[in-house]
Amino acid sequence: MAVAHSLCSGMGGIRTAGDLVSRMELSKNMKIGKAKEYVAKKLEVDPFELTNEGLMREMREDLGIGVITAVPGIPKGTTAKMNIESLLGIKINSCEHSRSMLRN
Amino acid sequence: MDEILAGMADGADAADAPDLTQDDIERMCDIICDPSNIVGVEPGEQVIVTKDGGEFKFSQDSGGCGVGITSISRAAAVQMYERAFAFDTLELGWMDYSFKPLKTVVYEEMVTYEQIVETVIPPFMYGAMPNMGLYYAPDGQFRNPNDLMRVSNMEDSMEQSELAAEQLVGDMEYITGQFTKIGLEGFDFDTTGSAGDAEFVATLRGAETYRKQDPNANIIIGMSSESILGLHGLMEYKGYRVAGMYPAEQAKMAELSGANVFGAVVNTNSSKSFPWNVARATTIIKKCTSEANIPVHANLGMGVGGIPICEVVPTDTVGRAGKILIELAHIDGV
Repeated sequence: MAVAHSLCSGMGGIRTAGDLVSRMELSKNMKIGKAKEYVAKKLEVDPFELTNEGLMREMREDLGIGVITAVPGIPKGTTAKMNIESLLGIKINSCEHSRSMLRN
Repeated sequence: MDEILAGMADGADAADAPDLTQDDIERMCDIICDPSNIVGVEPGEQVIVTKDGGEFKFSQDSGGCGVGITSISRAAAVQMYERAFAFDTLELGWMDYSFKPLKTVVYEEMVTYEQIVETVIPPFMYGAMPNMGLYYAPDGQFRNPNDLMRVSNMEDSMEQSELAAEQLVGDMEYITGQFTKIGLEGFDFDTTGSAGDAEFVATLRGAETYRKQDPNANIIIGMSSESILGLHGLMEYKGYRVAGMYPAEQAKMAELSGANVFGAVVNTNSSKSFPWNVARATTIIKKCTSEANIPVHANLGMGVGGIPICEVVPTDTVGRAGKILIELAHIDGV
């Protein structure tokens, strides 16, 4: 059932820009329209294009914010999220935690 | 069409909500009558999907609507939600999915979370239900308020609710405090209010405490039912008596507590049709989204939001309910 919702109504997570829009709803209380506008502005695309898989696949690799397929040598997990912090101008707790554990 | 009008009227009456517009009603009828099996939103209309229950839906038995793949690891399950199902957000949860049992395993859960969060990209929440019923006899340390009400001992019933609420707030503070130490991105307080008004107030206080512990936390408060049951009757949060509140008022309480997202519930009436139920849900949630200052995600699982009450839910109702609530009630997520 949850998978049906993801397909019928969801933004597509890291296939597109769903994770980025989620970050703005969850961290800045932005409603969906405002969150899409914010992310689209940061990506320099039209909000309508945030769910364009072809466009977003290339942009995500170029920006180092993680892609859904297994590509060697590009940012994944926490490294990708650190790039998302810079892109969106937010702090992500798990990234802060990782940085806090580095010795230097 | 008659079913839609009747469901709308019932929802408007229950939640003191305005009727849907004629355009809304006609559009809803078109979506319900769409002959397609899978019905989805138009490009550009997609919203965020959040989910309760986390990764253990793979391994759990049918009691939690799980599919019993017990051989799959928790990390693999989260990564499948990310990469196979393309979810917008992710969640981890303990199999009991309640604060009380979580307290005893919180350190194991912290380590599990730390290991998985380094491998995934979308917002990764931890989730649990307040489930205050577990604090009452025969499972818990407090006398059962329902048993006390049966013998007309109202004062003791109310006192036990208040004591259980205090214990729950303390457990929430302990658990979120521990998780905050390891960089938890956010917490999903799910199925809130299942034990009535005292549980709802306890959860709001728990969220408020968590916000103080971590100003950067992502906090979701999702409900268990459309109105707050007044099992205590006089519980208040910041001067507002919560018993009887419907989603629009509940969202305001969530906002006051410091939550980022509110999860609105409208119960499905199993004696009524899908059009009746989805029209009722749309009427009630449209009022909530129009008044809330924080994003509203509609709960669209089995038995809520117009979705039928059955273990294996018809997929065509899932897509239709989502499309109707996105287009007509303007929800920010599912």
